[in-house]
Amino acid sequence: MRRRSLIAPIALALLVAGLALPAAGVSKGSGSAVPTRIGAGEGELKMVAWAGYLEKSWVAPFEKQSGCKVKPKYANTSDEMVALMRSGGGGQYDMVSASGDASLRLIFGGDIAETNVKLVKPWKDFHAAFKSPTTNTVDGKHYGISLQFGPNILLYNTKKQKKPTSWSAIYDPANKGQISIPDNPIQIADAALYLSKTTPSLKIKDPYELDSKQFAATIALLKKQRPLLGKYWVYASDQIDLFKNGKSTIGASWPYQMSQLKDAKQPVAAVTPKEGVTGWLDTWMLSSEAEHPNCAYLWWNYVSSPKVQAMQATTYGETPVNKKACKEMEKLVKGSCKTYSAAAPQAYYRSIKFWKTPLTDCGDSRGKVCMPYSKWVQAWTQVKG
Amino acid sequence: MAADATSLPEGPPRKGALRASSAVAWRWPGAKAVGQLGLPLAAFLLVYVAALVALLVSSFWSVDEFTSEVVHTWSLDNYRILWDDPTYRRIVLRTVGIATAVTLTCIVIAFPYALFLVRVAGPRLRVLLLVATVIPLWVSYLVRVYSWRLILNPEGALNWALTGLGLPGQNILYTNWAMWLVYSYIWLPFMVLPIYAALERVPGSYLEASADLGAKSLTTLRRVVFPLAIPGIAAGSIFTFSLTLGDYIAPGLVGGPGSQLIGNVVFSNVGIANNVPFAAAFATVPLAIMIVYIAIMRRLGAFENL
Repeated sequence: MRRRSLIAPIALALLVAGLALPAAGVSKGSGSAVPTRIGAGEGELKMVAWAGYLEKSWVAPFEKQSGCKVKPKYANTSDEMVALMRSGGGGQYDMVSASGDASLRLIFGGDIAETNVKLVKPWKDFHAAFKSPTTNTVDGKHYGISLQFGPNILLYNTKKQKKPTSWSAIYDPANKGQISIPDNPIQIADAALYLSKTTPSLKIKDPYELDSKQFAATIALLKKQRPLLGKYWVYASDQIDLFKNGKSTIGASWPYQMSQLKDAKQPVAAVTPKEGVTGWLDTWMLSSEAEHPNCAYLWWNYVSSPKVQAMQATTYGETPVNKKACKEMEKLVKGSCKTYSAAAPQAYYRSIKFWKTPLTDCGDSRGKVCMPYSKWVQAWTQVKG
Repeated sequence: MAADATSLPEGPPRKGALRASSAVAWRWPGAKAVGQLGLPLAAFLLVYVAALVALLVSSFWSVDEFTSEVVHTWSLDNYRILWDDPTYRRIVLRTVGIATAVTLTCIVIAFPYALFLVRVAGPRLRVLLLVATVIPLWVSYLVRVYSWRLILNPEGALNWALTGLGLPGQNILYTNWAMWLVYSYIWLPFMVLPIYAALERVPGSYLEASADLGAKSLTTLRRVVFPLAIPGIAAGSIFTFSLTLGDYIAPGLVGGPGSQLIGNVVFSNVGIANNVPFAAAFATVPLAIMIVYIAIMRRLGAFENL
């Protein structure tokens, strides 16, 4: 018996050593060579995507013409996407439809391969703003191909609410218990955007670049908002339920919920409040450890083409980045090009504050005093209480 | 014996690795123990202990704020944040509070129910009710939580029944009350079964003896049946308490603002912030709570029933 009592501590010590050792050797190379031509497809493409981004109507023709079988994995949040792309040391998935708040984290984490845009023909037809946006282009190097963009909207029940004009509606005690907002740390930027207009003394220029004083004021506003909320919604379907059963009559939302609720004949409408909106610009990115890069290039060419861009835009309710998609949209749904501002997206694009990863470096003269994303997540826990 | 042995045909002695190892095992009992227990012990160490050690070790690491990759420098920062920030203290207290409330609720419902099963119900009714108790466990957890959303909706089944009876409607969906209700419902079978097992072991003669000595039925219940059921209650409470302590799904589905549990913070730090070290540090809190809890329950005899 005495001898066996020694086994446990020895085993434990070995385990600790075993865990500490690999820490030394792991470093990911992001310097894999950029391809100069597209080879034959590898027969498979494993993708992490937003729900609604890999619909059969446009994935099936791609599979047929390229021979690449698409294996989708749907994620609910940007953060889940980052986690998925890093799972198992990367290489579990080939591509990800990353939004701006995830893309830089992935690029700087070494998880994304550089893209040769010359191999993606429709790219030259993109509106200038989407050829090299800061969300997927670093130091002139491209890390992926822009896909579509859209705004976060203020959704309301037209029977129970007056048409709001300002985000103040979701901070208004008069709406107590009726408000629903996303359960997502990036929501802090929405509050910061509101404060940038209502409290100019804070001098918030970019809602994603908040120094400690601006950040504290924003968090204070969100903490004051909490008792007014009916719910922080986790899934888009949650908010749809909330609006359907009357638990919520106003809230921060996505175009997806509005189209779903309208399809269900619910009395809802959305406005772009006078303070402006936050939004997303999504990019299909290629993992630095991808096993099927040729299929990925074939996918980029396919999904960036005007017709497929139009299909996704009209199905999901967002704006395509390809100039030529407008005409195709009109063919699919009359008036949709104008609805989603696909004809003149640049001015529309400038009016939206796009999701991006908050970094310590403010990106201006203030220097490295801004709150990084990990602080946003911790603050969000405190906001929710 | 000796006579029998001579009548047995004696084959050639077996050779080979098996024979040799069995000889070794016979000569050195220590080697025998290692050979028998080695494999399961190794699996246990690798799967359970290694995971816990990994958890503990990584809780002292941190995350690079730029690339959000884990940095392997040792510090107590994660624990300091946990200690200094009142939010986390509140979340721990809320989690333990709800776990305690759920456990008490389950005891209050499960004890009379199990007693009814053992002492009152006939054999057929007993089987029927036991199956009815266990059936919900065959249904997906998510389905059961979502069904409570339908029940608790302002226009749902519960309000329909309440207003039908002329009572005022409730509006507890997306509150901590809803979480308490849902957990109490979901974990109830885990309390019923151990109490049932404990009560089933109480011999009928004890109750007769108690009655013969002049005890009324309530006195018998209080002084004979209940003390004998305590190990079962303790075992059941470990289930209900630890299951509530570790859950993170129900708060998102039926909880409201201010319904975060420990599990949610752990989940958001792993899944959202990719801050595994901080999540690991926070995950040690329910671990510590459970160690204390199980130590108390052991005193109450919870493990005599397993």
